[in-house]
Amino acid sequence: MTASKFPIEAGFIMTFARAIGDYNPVYRDEDQARNSEVAGIIAPPTFVQASAHYDPDYPLRPQPGVPWFGSGATPTGRPPETQTGATRLAVGGEANGGTSLHAEQHYEYRRPIRPGEVLTLAAHAGKTWEKQGRRGGVLRFEETVIEYRGADGELVVIARAVGVRTEQTVRD
Amino acid sequence: MPLNASSLRVGARHSAEVVNNLTRSQIVQYAGASGDFNPLHTDEVYATQVAGYPSVFAHGMLTMGMTGRMLTDYVGDGRLTHFGGRFTAQVWPGDTLTATATATAIETRDGVVVADFEVETCNQDGVTVFYGSATARLD
Repeated sequence: MTASKFPIEAGFIMTFARAIGDYNPVYRDEDQARNSEVAGIIAPPTFVQASAHYDPDYPLRPQPGVPWFGSGATPTGRPPETQTGATRLAVGGEANGGTSLHAEQHYEYRRPIRPGEVLTLAAHAGKTWEKQGRRGGVLRFEETVIEYRGADGELVVIARAVGVRTEQTVRD
Repeated sequence: MPLNASSLRVGARHSAEVVNNLTRSQIVQYAGASGDFNPLHTDEVYATQVAGYPSVFAHGMLTMGMTGRMLTDYVGDGRLTHFGGRFTAQVWPGDTLTATATATAIETRDGVVVADFEVETCNQDGVTVFYGSATARLD
């Protein structure tokens, strides 16, 4: 599942821009942004990725009461063979040593995203296909398309992700 | 400043170093900002001892986000109409990445002057880690 609503907050945009090393004032300084071409703070191009925070079941975020597969007292809190299907799809370290990775990401932008608005998400599965990998056995590709819409239902961003699942740990 | 159609020609290239000596802390910073806390990116113990990697590695989307900075610094804020690509190799702590945009077309579409770019981000060894394309509105 994905988030259904994504409230856009100024501090969230600033934090995200810092994380990608982008100190452009248009992502944090209202006064400078107001006098720029875009006339106010906007979000950087890959910001919609952060909508994962609003997905209540996002498998790559630790949840209270649910064993986390990262390390604690032991190198993993949840052996790969006990992971749920959704987690296996989303993370590496499958029972057979395979790995799920983000293979492609594509965005179409209709207008900038601005703090104060609430985007509505609609996700649907796209194509799936298989390919023989050079290093990792059979590669299974899976596409997901997420439409982000504004208050009037207008399309703001279309995000198309392709995930790939390999049968072995991937190394360059 | 947005790019101007009259000053851009097909084949024009723009490069920028988007990270120098990527730190594990920045990868964790991106995990917090994006919400993706996958221990492959945030947990050296898990990444090495359970998943069998030499260390943690960066989210593909961190590489794409840093590549996006090169693009928006070049074409101007709010100018992109498309940005996409493939993650072609993993990015590790200590990597230094350079992103390059090369203009492949400049034309009017639906009454708007746009430019298409080939986008490529390489590490310090010249290995391509992200390869894709972008389209931006020009003045």
